[in-house]
Amino acid sequence: VTTALVPLVMIGVLTSAGVYLLLERSLTRMLLGLLLIGNAINLLLLAAGGRSGNPPINGRTSAGRSTTADPLVQGMILTAIVITMGIAAFVLALAYRSYRLTTEEEVGNDPEDTRVARQTEDEADEDVVHPELEYDDEDEPAALDALPPHSRGVQQT
Amino acid sequence: MTLGSVLTPLPVLVPVAGAALTMFVGRQPRLQRAITLAALSVVAVVCATLIWLTDHHGTIAVHIGGWGQSVPGLGPLGITLVVDRLSALMMVVSSIVLLAVVVYAIGQGVRDGDENQPVSIFLPTYLVLSAGVCDAFLAGDLFNLFVGFEVLLAASFVLLTIGASEDRVRAGIAYVMVSMVSSLIFLFGIALTYAATGTLNMAELAIRLDHVAPGTRSALFAVLLVAFGIKAAVFPLSTWLPDSYPTAPAPVTAVFAGLLTKVGVYAIIRTHSLLFPSGGLDSVLLVAALLTMLIGALGAIAQNDIKRLLSFTLVSHIGYMVFGIALASRPGMSGAIFYVAHHILVQTTLFLVAGLIERQAGASTLRRLGGLASASPLLALLFLLPALNLGGVPPFSGFLGKVALLQAGAADGSVLAWVLIAGGVTTSLLTLYVVTRVYAKAFWRSRADAPEGVLARPGPTVLLEDGGEDVAFLDRDDVGRMPVGMLVPTVALIGVGLTLTFLAGPIFAYADRAAAEVIDRHQYITAVLA
Repeated sequence: VTTALVPLVMIGVLTSAGVYLLLERSLTRMLLGLLLIGNAINLLLLAAGGRSGNPPINGRTSAGRSTTADPLVQGMILTAIVITMGIAAFVLALAYRSYRLTTEEEVGNDPEDTRVARQTEDEADEDVVHPELEYDDEDEPAALDALPPHSRGVQQT
Repeated sequence: MTLGSVLTPLPVLVPVAGAALTMFVGRQPRLQRAITLAALSVVAVVCATLIWLTDHHGTIAVHIGGWGQSVPGLGPLGITLVVDRLSALMMVVSSIVLLAVVVYAIGQGVRDGDENQPVSIFLPTYLVLSAGVCDAFLAGDLFNLFVGFEVLLAASFVLLTIGASEDRVRAGIAYVMVSMVSSLIFLFGIALTYAATGTLNMAELAIRLDHVAPGTRSALFAVLLVAFGIKAAVFPLSTWLPDSYPTAPAPVTAVFAGLLTKVGVYAIIRTHSLLFPSGGLDSVLLVAALLTMLIGALGAIAQNDIKRLLSFTLVSHIGYMVFGIALASRPGMSGAIFYVAHHILVQTTLFLVAGLIERQAGASTLRRLGGLASASPLLALLFLLPALNLGGVPPFSGFLGKVALLQAGAADGSVLAWVLIAGGVTTSLLTLYVVTRVYAKAFWRSRADAPEGVLARPGPTVLLEDGGEDVAFLDRDDVGRMPVGMLVPTVALIGVGLTLTFLAGPIFAYADRAAAEVIDRHQYITAVLA
């Protein structure tokens, strides 16, 4: 099987640019990286389907060639494009939502991960009670009890 | 038209049709629930029939639209669905889990009021997820397997980010990106395989790959293995899992933990045994299995939050299955198949129980939990049974599966296999330590001894996260008893898990027949290419 050089070089360039973009923290760049790699793989699928220029219809000749072009790769590329497009729309929606919530569209660290990594031995123990972690019962009617007693006087009159 | 060829497409068709119907009746929650329950019950019955058919009458292959093999040596051109013993077992266990979890989710919604939190897309998306899982198990060609993965992944993206709160968006972004990278690597593998062989039908590939140069074959196998390794959460490709799963609502986490990683494991079994029986990467897989087991278990020890802790045990136990697969022997494969079935059930059950704990106690972190054994002895029993099962305490199925794998390792006899056996025993002990620690902290000690025991979440949540502040535990709304709708599916799944213990003989014999069939390949290939 002979393969044209230009598509292969393009696949390589697209993939490396895509990987570079994927390693960024900004969501838009990661999405662009995904799209570039997706297109590189679509080209690879196309290259796997044989040389260009073959006739698409069985039994015809095109520029002297009679081998029918492989329709399967084109079907697969079409499916892959549709899937990538749907996911890209979803990622854009997520990026917008993330921007609305945090006013940035970068991938954040997992807070629980960070907490577990940073905790001291004392904090990691689920039995040690820290005095600063005492909380009052908020429903205690302390504030009501402290009201001046004039209401009783009102009732008597 | 035989019964088998009529039934085979149904596990994909029925949920998809159900999803469309539930979308139409999005404003009538009762009708939505009825359709979902009916669709998933039908799937469960169909899968049970299929497992009987394949066990008695052999592998079923269906060429959709009649696009079977036209010329010998060309391979089937269309979509092929194949049910053999392995995929039938996976589908039966999955359909039981899918049905139980949706009953749990509906029970939670009915009791804790999802009229306050109307999420009309939950059930349709859940049905699409079911269709994707079944499609992946049924797929007889690599590209259809890819489509099955994409269907279940797209549904899982929506389920994981449901409500789009800040935490879920953050976890969802990482999950979506990692999943998409793994899908692209899979597609990359598909393109290379197609370039090397000119077909994607697995049966035809199995024949043609034997004539491909060994170096090329190993390269193709490695690419596919990386893709499936990310989905199955095999170390070092597992770090995404504990970050993303715990933020989702309890039923969603339960079904993800039970099924999604196992679809990856199933894909590894298929590629390892059917396509690349001499792939030459078994020692790499064994080392990956060892590291997955140990690092997962050690990660679980460091966690305070029960859901995160369970996510780490999930990663850790994927190592056992990879261990069985990488032994590339019939005992190893049968042990792995039995372990997959056991682990789907036990891990889902544990996440459902974690959801109950969160609802009853208003917290899922061990820094806040305590005194649950006296508050609810039933909940303690519900946690203890699957927890001991996971930890591998005799006579539960977790113990039986581990013994089978260790025996297979000993039969292999190589140094690496013995190292794996030592690692497996250590992991089992570490898992037992982790679950008993949860039991000791959350159930035995008094809540007053917990460092943050005075704090709790304000009330039970269903699918959306409430953004409210923590309240004092005493001020928490009275959540009452555990809802029957959540209790029944949990108990039922524990019951099915115990069946694996009581009927271990017949089920293990079935797993052994499935393993023999998977390793032999002959039956699969003739069924598809006949």
